[in-house]
Amino acid sequence: MRVLPPLLRRKPAVAVLMCVPLFALILGLVAYPFFHALFLATLNKAETAFVGLDNFSFLFGRQTFWMVVRQSLLFALVAVVFKALIGLAAAHAINTIPTKGQRKWRGMMLIPWVIPPALSTLGWWWLFEPTYSAINWGLTKLAVPAVPWLSDTFWARFSIILVNVWVGAPFFLIMYLAALKSIPGELYEAAEMDGAGPWQKFFHITLPMIRNIIAITTLFSIIVTLANFDIVRVLTQGGPLNTTHLFATYAFRVGIESGDIPLGAAVSLFMFPMLAILAFIILRNVRRRAASLA
Amino acid sequence: MADVTLQNLVKTFDTVEAVRGIDLQIPNNEFVVLVGPSGCGKSTVLRMIAGLEDITSGDIRIGDLRVNDVPPKDRNIAMVFQNYALYPHMTVEQNMSFGLRLRKVAKSEIRGKVQRAADILGIAELLGRRPRELSGGQRQRVAMGRAIVRDPQVFLFDEPLSNLDAKLRGQMRIEIQRLHQQLRTTTIYVTHDQVEAMTLADRVVVMNAGRIEQAGTPDEVYHQPRTRFVAGFMGSPAMNFLNCQVTEENGHTVARLADGPALPLPAEQAARVRSYAGRTLVAGLRPENIRETASHDGGNSSGVPHDVSIDIVEPLGRETIVYFRLGDSTLCARVGTEVHPRAGEQTSLVFHPDRLHLIDPETDLVL
Repeated sequence: MRVLPPLLRRKPAVAVLMCVPLFALILGLVAYPFFHALFLATLNKAETAFVGLDNFSFLFGRQTFWMVVRQSLLFALVAVVFKALIGLAAAHAINTIPTKGQRKWRGMMLIPWVIPPALSTLGWWWLFEPTYSAINWGLTKLAVPAVPWLSDTFWARFSIILVNVWVGAPFFLIMYLAALKSIPGELYEAAEMDGAGPWQKFFHITLPMIRNIIAITTLFSIIVTLANFDIVRVLTQGGPLNTTHLFATYAFRVGIESGDIPLGAAVSLFMFPMLAILAFIILRNVRRRAASLA
Repeated sequence: MADVTLQNLVKTFDTVEAVRGIDLQIPNNEFVVLVGPSGCGKSTVLRMIAGLEDITSGDIRIGDLRVNDVPPKDRNIAMVFQNYALYPHMTVEQNMSFGLRLRKVAKSEIRGKVQRAADILGIAELLGRRPRELSGGQRQRVAMGRAIVRDPQVFLFDEPLSNLDAKLRGQMRIEIQRLHQQLRTTTIYVTHDQVEAMTLADRVVVMNAGRIEQAGTPDEVYHQPRTRFVAGFMGSPAMNFLNCQVTEENGHTVARLADGPALPLPAEQAARVRSYAGRTLVAGLRPENIRETASHDGGNSSGVPHDVSIDIVEPLGRETIVYFRLGDSTLCARVGTEVHPRAGEQTSLVFHPDRLHLIDPETDLVL
């Protein structure tokens, strides 16, 4: 064996060296952009002067901003709840069919999740489009009045949530399916002997056994859903009258399209404390439960 | 409490016949052990009785009720699983009371039953813990407690001790026996361990390839095996099998072992096998019937000494297991600790014919 220089013979030194690439990645891709955004948010529109928290106080005084906050929360809440419910139901359904047939169903169900969302949303846009859309064509054939999918506030929000659920539910499906498979079959047999019916088995065995996966998946989904950009961008561009803007699309509108990058940075930073608190609470509960189950 | 009747029970998985026609009558209060090698269908039989497995054909009766189509929860049976199957997110108390809570039993009654079962099993101080905080033996007790509180007609045990270490297994065996003496509930117990079968059972049911080979008291299956399989399966070390011929010598009917001694047969056995004279049979002789001297034999016939060459010696403390060559076969003998045979040595061992089993190689039946 070659003799290493003294510094490298010390284990801690080697360990630190091996971690350098990771530190570099985090520094370059997480820390730097984050602090740069913080820095940007404190500048004036021309990025020539330091204005402290003026950008934030300006936002807090604007009705549109608070509308975006409410919309983002509503969007994330409704979409995540439906994704979770549909994912759970689908996972259950797939888990009941024999293992041989499961692969093809799982593969098919995953399709919405693996297509680039910008692309699939374009397909949805084509379905929703008022003049030539397939859905409205079908509705009129059935003598149902055409629905203004993207031009009415309610329906525009509905459509965006629908597409987001369509894209995101398979993620829940996969996570739940893996979690369901990890529950020992004996537990269900024991419960059956104890007299549990299907619903009781679900509430007393399945749900408690996959609670951690539900919590982590939900947390993860809330984060990506709150930060969603592409669906709104492609379907409505935030319209009608800003009623479908989310944090990310509003930040884009303000920062890039209207040329006020510091204000855009301030909008996007607003999400951070909310998500941090949420993540802290959920992960603390997950740790506690994991400790009691393991 | 109830008796259990299996009538021509058959189970087919796709094309594989796992259980091929089981007939068994288990009277009330009896402790029956189904024993056999892996894949013999014993667990499948148990799971069919539990209702966890559909019945391909045949009937299962518990008490007077035909339960083929009765769901498990309505059969009033409790089962202890191999891996305990405790609910990990519930405390011991919640685990034990789960079945009663589902049946909407009054809270005070549940508390009393759980407390009583916990006292019987000595786990009263564990009621607040979760399964992961328990040792293997404690989990096993909780699993039994969960069965006891239900006060079922029948207990089913599916290899309950196979995950425990040898010492604990011995302890739990005694506890299960004590439990049955106390509760007298009809019990069906599945194991591949013949020691468990011998020690626990009122009646041992030896299974092989989906069929019952023999059902009888532990004594019967050990001393009067009906087939070669039962003879070879029960007992450790296993029974020695070697070819032999039945002949008449000096007015005695003897079994002449291949390359070995001629063993005079007791009169009754001689009468049964005389018609097989001249044919090659299989002789089954347990290791304890080959000893170092004649004096150890408690039987009425004296043994026949024979010179053998010792192959392997396994001293076990209270006895020594000796493997030796006889012609082409390796046989096994149990000798006392006062002799110290060594591998490679020539020595004289005494063959005791009073427990010799003669097997027809064509039918594998003991004659």
